[in-house]
Amino acid sequence: MGLTILIADDTETDRLILRTIVNKLGHRVIIATDGAEAIDLYQQECPELVLLDVMMPNVDGLEAARQIKALAGEELVPIIFLTSLTDAESLARCLDVGGDDFLSKPYNATILRAKINAFNRMRVMHNTLQEQRDKIVEHNQYLLHEQTVAKEIFDKVAHSGCLNAPNLRAVQSPFAIFNGDIVVAARKPSGGMMVLLGDFAGHGLPAAIGAMPLAEIFYGMINKGFSMPEVLAEINNKLKKVLPVSSFCCAVMVDLDFTSKLVKLWIGGLPDCYLYRNCTGEFEALTSQHLPLGILGAQKFNAEYQLIEMANDDRLLLMSDGVIEAQDEAKQFFGVERLQQVFKQNNQIDSLFEEIRKSVFSFIGEPTDDLTMVEVMMVPPETFADEDEVFEVSAARGAQNWAVNFEFRPETLRNYNPIPLVLHCLMEIPGLGLHNSKLYTILSELYSNALEHGVLQMSSSLKHSSQGFTEYYAERESRLRRLAQGYIRFALNHVPTEQGGFVQIRVEDSGPGFDYQQLQNMKGDQLFHGRGISLLRSFCQQVTYLGKGNCVEVVFSWTND
Amino acid sequence: MTISTIKSEDGKALTIKIQGRFDFGEHQAFRDAYERIPRRPAEYVIDLNETTYLDSSALGMLLLLRDHAGGDEADIKIVNCKPDVKKILLISNFEQLFAIQ
Repeated sequence: MGLTILIADDTETDRLILRTIVNKLGHRVIIATDGAEAIDLYQQECPELVLLDVMMPNVDGLEAARQIKALAGEELVPIIFLTSLTDAESLARCLDVGGDDFLSKPYNATILRAKINAFNRMRVMHNTLQEQRDKIVEHNQYLLHEQTVAKEIFDKVAHSGCLNAPNLRAVQSPFAIFNGDIVVAARKPSGGMMVLLGDFAGHGLPAAIGAMPLAEIFYGMINKGFSMPEVLAEINNKLKKVLPVSSFCCAVMVDLDFTSKLVKLWIGGLPDCYLYRNCTGEFEALTSQHLPLGILGAQKFNAEYQLIEMANDDRLLLMSDGVIEAQDEAKQFFGVERLQQVFKQNNQIDSLFEEIRKSVFSFIGEPTDDLTMVEVMMVPPETFADEDEVFEVSAARGAQNWAVNFEFRPETLRNYNPIPLVLHCLMEIPGLGLHNSKLYTILSELYSNALEHGVLQMSSSLKHSSQGFTEYYAERESRLRRLAQGYIRFALNHVPTEQGGFVQIRVEDSGPGFDYQQLQNMKGDQLFHGRGISLLRSFCQQVTYLGKGNCVEVVFSWTND
Repeated sequence: MTISTIKSEDGKALTIKIQGRFDFGEHQAFRDAYERIPRRPAEYVIDLNETTYLDSSALGMLLLLRDHAGGDEADIKIVNCKPDVKKILLISNFEQLFAIQ
């Protein structure tokens, strides 16, 4: 393949000899008689190789080489100096200014041919490398762009809950654009909140893909009123199905009830979390008791949680292993001891979170793993008041005028929570989505009254103290396990009106009933356990006890705005 | 070579020994260690005596081996763990899946 070769020499005979040799080798030759002309011709003709005499008038060869190399930029234009000089110093200078080789006079055709070929190979290789590099750069930019867009979607899915709640703080360090860690938090329809911190094995895209169904299930199920064990089991099953065998998600999930001050906690595969008790100033370590999510099948998965009581201002510190496994430049781990040192040195609990963050980030050189930390605080229920969430009224025409009956029997009452199912039915009604949270409260109050006082015949006097609260729920568990007969019936009746509609909910249980005349003479707020009924009265237009007191009917009506 | 295998004399047990860091870099070598043997042994022994560090991808590789060895029916022992290595296995509650000694 012929090249275009620029020959610059001020001696006519030398030019002639070179031109003849180069032409014979099958290349096109362009001729310059001094350095300035060589630079001009280079710009006009873009030759692939340059043969430059060192000593020329106007601009000498060394300066011409410098300028041609500058003009060539990233392109490789081999320059071979033609010289009668033989001293090492002069020859070295030729290469120092950017020349690639030199050729001593008198010219030898065989060596010249070999050099041209060798430099051409180098030139071709250089071009190939550059093309590939450009392709990689382009590809990388494309990938980064794709990831940025994907991250926007991811963030919308993952951060659609209440991560900005006043009692919650979270910090994450992204290792890639995507993080292998995920934090999600949601308000429960019943008030209270659930928080989950997950750490997928690996990071980047594969980890983020697993985080999508996790976030969807988390928000979807909590909004529908499912309990923490149900949400965990569903997430575990989904991850087991979609993740490769070698992948899993270490996680901690908490369910905070701001009224009873009870907190449910499940940890699978994460390092210790910590509970800070305001009254003692002590930190209690909470240790993982479960395998990470996505490893065990549905049969073996264990959603059993620890139940802890937290006073207002008590805090939970949740963290991914990136915190204690953060490494400094000498590959030393941050470690539990350093973390506990930060605990010890702290004297203002409000700044602890920031102190840990600073301490970890100043410890690490380059972050090598994802690192996530969350602090959740127990607060009075009014601090975490329900914000008016904006629901899209999507079903303009849904189920309009209907009635439905459910009967739940012992096997179901023992280990199934029917509230999401019933709530789901009601959510089919257009316009009722806005009242999701109220309806959840109504249904669960009705259900737990029917179950606990009706079917299980428990007395609520136990619930007078928060100590009794725990005992009460233990007793409830044990009675449920032994339950052999009984039922709870739900009858829903929906009637649309011009401006909205009303739902009648009648709940009947198999229990002996109670003297509701007496209850109606008392003020609900006189009793700790009377809260349920006063709540019902404040949400519903009517609350009526029927029969022997084992049946209650409420009417919830609303108007569309 | 950081991963070596020893078959017991009766051929029933396969011991896989990991030296140094057990992380994603050993992915292929670890798979080869149990996939390239003609008959599946009844028992696997993972010897971590000379393992200095173990990360989450190593945990993933152990899960892959467990899957290969029959899932819930797999008989896999993890032996000679150094305290740091054992801690990582216990944090992840892997003692529920493997016999850690």
